[in-house]
Parts: sequence; C-alpha cells; structure tokens
Amino acid sequence: MTTNGSSYGSTTAPTALAASQQGEAPILGARKKILVLGATSGIAEATCRIWARQGASLFLVARNADKLAAVAADLRVRGAAFVDTAVADLDDTEGHPALLAHAINSLAGMDVAYLAHGVLGDQTAAEQDFNTAAQILHTNFVAPVSLLTWLANYCVQRHAGVLAVISSVAGDRGRKSNYLYGSSKAGLSAFLGGLRNRVDREGVTVLTIKPGPVKTAMTSTMKGSEKFADVDKVAQTIVNAVDKRVDNLYVPFQWQPIMFVIRNIPDRIFKKLNL
Amino acid sequence: MPPTTPPNGLPDAPAPFESWGRYPTYQAKVLPVHWQNDFPKVAAGIHDGALPVGMGRSYGDSCLLKDGNLLVTTSMNRLLSFDTTTGLLTAEAGITLGQILDFAVPLGFFLPVSPGTKYVTLGGAIANDIHGKNHHVAGTFGCHVTQFELVRSDGSRRLCSPTENPDFYAATIGGLGLTGFISWATLRLRPIVSRMIDYEGIQFHGIDEFLDITRQSQHVEYTVSWVDCASTGKNFCRGVFMLGDHSKVPAELKPSPEPKLIFPFDAPGFALNHTTVSLFNTVFFHKQIKARVKALQDYEPFFYPLDKVLRWNRLYGKRGLLQFQYAIPWENAREGTVAILGEVAKSGLASFLAVLKAFGDVPSPGLMSFPQPGITLALDFPIKPDVTFPLFERLADMTRDFGGRLYPAKDAAMTASQFQTFYPQWEQLARFRDPLITSSFWERVTGDKLAL
Repeated sequence: MTTNGSSYGSTTAPTALAASQQGEAPILGARKKILVLGATSGIAEATCRIWARQGASLFLVARNADKLAAVAADLRVRGAAFVDTAVADLDDTEGHPALLAHAINSLAGMDVAYLAHGVLGDQTAAEQDFNTAAQILHTNFVAPVSLLTWLANYCVQRHAGVLAVISSVAGDRGRKSNYLYGSSKAGLSAFLGGLRNRVDREGVTVLTIKPGPVKTAMTSTMKGSEKFADVDKVAQTIVNAVDKRVDNLYVPFQWQPIMFVIRNIPDRIFKKLNL
Repeated sequence: MPPTTPPNGLPDAPAPFESWGRYPTYQAKVLPVHWQNDFPKVAAGIHDGALPVGMGRSYGDSCLLKDGNLLVTTSMNRLLSFDTTTGLLTAEAGITLGQILDFAVPLGFFLPVSPGTKYVTLGGAIANDIHGKNHHVAGTFGCHVTQFELVRSDGSRRLCSPTENPDFYAATIGGLGLTGFISWATLRLRPIVSRMIDYEGIQFHGIDEFLDITRQSQHVEYTVSWVDCASTGKNFCRGVFMLGDHSKVPAELKPSPEPKLIFPFDAPGFALNHTTVSLFNTVFFHKQIKARVKALQDYEPFFYPLDKVLRWNRLYGKRGLLQFQYAIPWENAREGTVAILGEVAKSGLASFLAVLKAFGDVPSPGLMSFPQPGITLALDFPIKPDVTFPLFERLADMTRDFGGRLYPAKDAAMTASQFQTFYPQWEQLARFRDPLITSSFWERVTGDKLAL
C-alpha cells in the first residue's frame, strides 16, 4: 500500500497511539519496525537495504514520489517483510503529528526511527541572504526537533525505542566553507545530546550519527573519491550501532580522532586556516 | 571535514576518464544519473554530446566521449520486481551483474548469460549484447532481455520488447548505448540448486583437437578454452579446454565473499614480455598435470577468475592494453584461427590472456550483435606503440579477409573502413542514434560527428 500526498489514514497523535500499544515489547532482532524519514538519501537507502535483507518492516517518507516508489520497490524485492510509504515535505512541521501517527499505525508500532533527511544548502547564498540561512536551519534543525519531540514522547510512553539521527562531523566545528550547514548540525547534535540525557532513563536510545565524506554516486567519479567511505560499509556500521544501542557514532571511526584535533585547534590559528 | 552529502554542484572541470584497457584516456565531464527520471534533465543544456556509461569495463573507446559528458549510471542499481516462478527480474540499468548474483544466487537463480567479469552493468550488458561461455546453447545476453525502457534526450520514453517498439529493441541490443538511455530492463534468470559447477579441464594440442572437443561437448552448457599463443612448432595452438555445467546436486546457496586483492600499482612496461608470458603459459598448461581433470568448482572462480584481483588491468602498466577479439564464420574458422595465431606468434608479442571459443547459431535479437556462428578468439596485448598497432591492423585485415569481424566493446584500434565492412548495418543504427548521444568509438569508426 502506498499513501500519497498529505491525507493520512489517521489523525491520532503518536502519543495517544502509544497508550494503546503499551506492553508490546520492542524487538531489536530481525523483525524490526522502522520508520525512515528522508528515505531516498544515499545513506538511508543503503541502510534500508540491510534492514530489508534482515526482514524488517519499513515505513518510508520522502518528498519525491517517483524516487520513493523506486526505493520501496527495491526494498520489497530485497526481502523486507512490509514496506509502506508516504510522500511528505518534512519542512512542514504542522503535518508531523498526522504523518507520524499514520506511519506508526501502518507499521503497527515502531522500534526504530531513522532521521536521514537534510540539505547541504548554498553557503554562499546563505551568507548574503538570511532567508536562505533560515531555510537551512529549518530543514536541518527545526524540522528534526519537531519530529524528535513527537517520536521521543512516543518512545518514552512505551519505555522502548531507538532514535537514530544523521548529524555530521561538520557540526563539530564551524568553518567558513559551510558554517550554515555546520551550525544546523551542531544544533542538532546538541539537541540529541540533551534528549538522550532526558530519555535514556526511560529505556529510549538516542543515536547521534556523524558521517565523514561518503562515496555516493555523485562523488564516485571525483578525484580522491577512492578515499571516501563506502556507503554500504557506512550503512552496515549504522545498522550495528542501532542494534548495540550506541550513543554516538563517528563513521568511519577515524573521524573521531580527526575531529578531536580539529575541535581543539585554537581560534587564533583556526581563523587563519582555509577550511 | 566535508558534510555528509557531497556538494550539489557537479564537478565542472573535465577529468581524465579511463576505459578498462586504459587506452585511450580522454577528458570528459561526469554527470551521475541517480534516478530513472534524471535523464534527460541531467543533460539539459549540454551541447557537446553525452554517453551513458556503467562500470567502464569496455576495453577501448566505446565507453568514452572525448571532451563530452558521461552519464554514469552505477547508482541506478535498484531491483524493481522479481518473480520467483518465472525468474523474471526487473532492475534499474546501473545494477551490476555481480549485484544481481548477490541477490539471486541465495534464492536459487543465476544469470542466463555471463561474461568473464561480473563488474558490468545491466545496461552495459545490453548495449554491448555480451556473450558468455554458453553462447552455443543460450545465445547472447540480449536473447534473455524481455523488455526495457529507453529514454531519449527529447524526453520520450519507450517500452521496448520483441513486440513493442521492436525496431528500437533490436537497435538498442548491441547498440553501444547510442540509441538512448536505458532506465530499467527485465531479464530472465535461470534456476540453480547449487553454487557449484561440475568442471572438466581437457588439454588439447592443436586446433584440430580443439575442434574435436568442441564438437563432442555441444551438450555441455559452458565451454571455453585458454590457448597458449606464445608457442610455436609442436606446441602451436595448445591449450586447455574448460567445460562446466551447473551442479545438479542441491547445496547451500550462500552469498559470495567480497574480493580482497587489489593489484596495487602500475606494473613496469617490461613485466609482460614474450619471455614472461611464455613462462606463464608453460606453467599454466602443465598446472593441469593430467590430460583430463574433473572437479567441483564454485561459480566465482569458474566464471570470474580475474575478478578476484580488482584492477588487474594495472598489470599492463600505465600504457594499458589493446584487446583484439574476432568472430570468424565456420567456413574460414579453422584456417583463420591458425593464420592469426601464427601471425601473433611470429610478431614476438605475446598475449597473456588468449581465449578461444566456438559460437553457436542461436540468433541474437540485436541489430549490431557481434557473435556469429564460428570461432571467436580474444587476445590482450600490452601497448607498445611501434609494434602493437601495426600488428593489430594486420590482424584486423586478416579477420576481414576471412569474413569475420571484431568486437566493438573490446576495440580501440579498428579503422573506419574495417568497421563499416564488419558491420554494414551501422547505417541502420545511425538512424536510431539519439541526437544527443555519441561516443569516441562511434565518431572514430563512422566519422559521424555530433552536429548540435
């Protein structure tokens, strides 16, 4: 079944829905029920292929109906137990409650929410025009905060669940070439840290994923892209981190020491660097 | 610390692009195509031509477009449907045959036709109408493609099959990617019950023994021979005939392991010379101690012995290699093969990989298909400018005189007049060519430059 547009089967808010499903233990084995937001992104698609092979149930949300249909077809063929989709613009925060309720209804519960949507944005334009900057912040920070607020409350009520969110190493320190993107991800990382601190005692895991450059089709033929991380390996690392309920994940792991160094470069030196 | 997604701006600067033979190397811009609807949008506004490209495993310039735009399809690798009763698999054109096998083998299905590498895309396999060790019973890859979608640069989309748009179907199978952009295709897979191949290796001494074994093994699904082309005299045209059938004994259909070895550097130019190849050939010939051996072998080493070493083309050094593959019809097949192998032996250039096989008479649906009933021989030559090209031209002329033809997917050297003699139907293909799409190969062998 595929749902298009903004009319969802149920308008029940996810928090209300949670009450009816209390007592149902989450399964983090083979038959996970996974909600994927931004399912047509390269990393999300690669991750979903692994979950599909494991026989997971997936609810996929993305903006473009054609792309979403291709991804959903692929995951069905690869062995997903159940795949449902909704076309939605996640910038529309008012639509979030109905969208999430519909998704959780469709999956008959939710063990994992995977937030993979986001934009790089146009840094140069954002330097000149606040509206462009605000749009980047909205998509990468405000919209995830809205989704995660609903989703966290749903999970808290069930005392279970994993919220896996793609942030970025770019959020660890602002740099001149993409500080709008970086600051939106920095805000997201900080939000996730605080949310984790709040919900961990309720049995809910918040996983902050910080990828470095990943080899996708767009970079695969670029010079130096041989050194980029393989998207399938990145995806496998994320799947493992969800299973093990990890809190923070740099992927590939080498980025952890690299970012430690970059965070600790004194500003009097950092501001002279061309990064 | 770049962001998680690559910059949305595409690389403006053209980058050198190599085909598998590493000759020639041309500058081209890369336009990745991620989704079925991206073409022709992704090529909007370009005037210097475009060419759909998959893994770039063609040896010469049929996957290159000098100073043009390469529409790289490798992230279009989604499976769209699979019917376990009929074996019909629909997938996006950028999926590789290896990715199809990774999915299909654990479910008990196998490719209907497989070339010597699994690192080619579905679209590339159609565009070159590739063949395999089972050509004598299964025909070409195109024989098993039931339908595909062809997108043209004017935005039109055609479903092509033997009954719908049959003219475009025929022109696209073996059409070298020139008729448009294949977005997805349906392929009929064949059932298997085991990963294993019942293998048999038989030594042969001379072309007549090769032909005898060929005649006696028509019922075997896969047949191919390695031939020692460095030897003369009593060892002339000796080799090992390799036969295989899918094992009929049910066994675990586990997935393949990842390849681990990567050839780490460009070998120096002298690494492959007549002496080293002769030495290798003698060792290879006698590795099989008995005249006949039988074994149960996994399909990976049987079909893809070279895929174990990623980037093995570096063995030929920076200058690269030239492939020469002919198909000569039966009436001249024996004479032509002896003459060409003789010419190679005389030249002092030794081919490291020499593969001999008999093509069968299953017709291909493709207009420009390379295989024809007779013998095919594939040779690799390291490029030594003063020696390799003149030899190649002599061999191409000999091929023409024996009524044969060369394989565009493996070619970097045939002349326009040779090509047009080999493929008189090229003018028909020209009529189906998409106005935006061309290749360096096409421009070279037809003189047909893009007029935009």
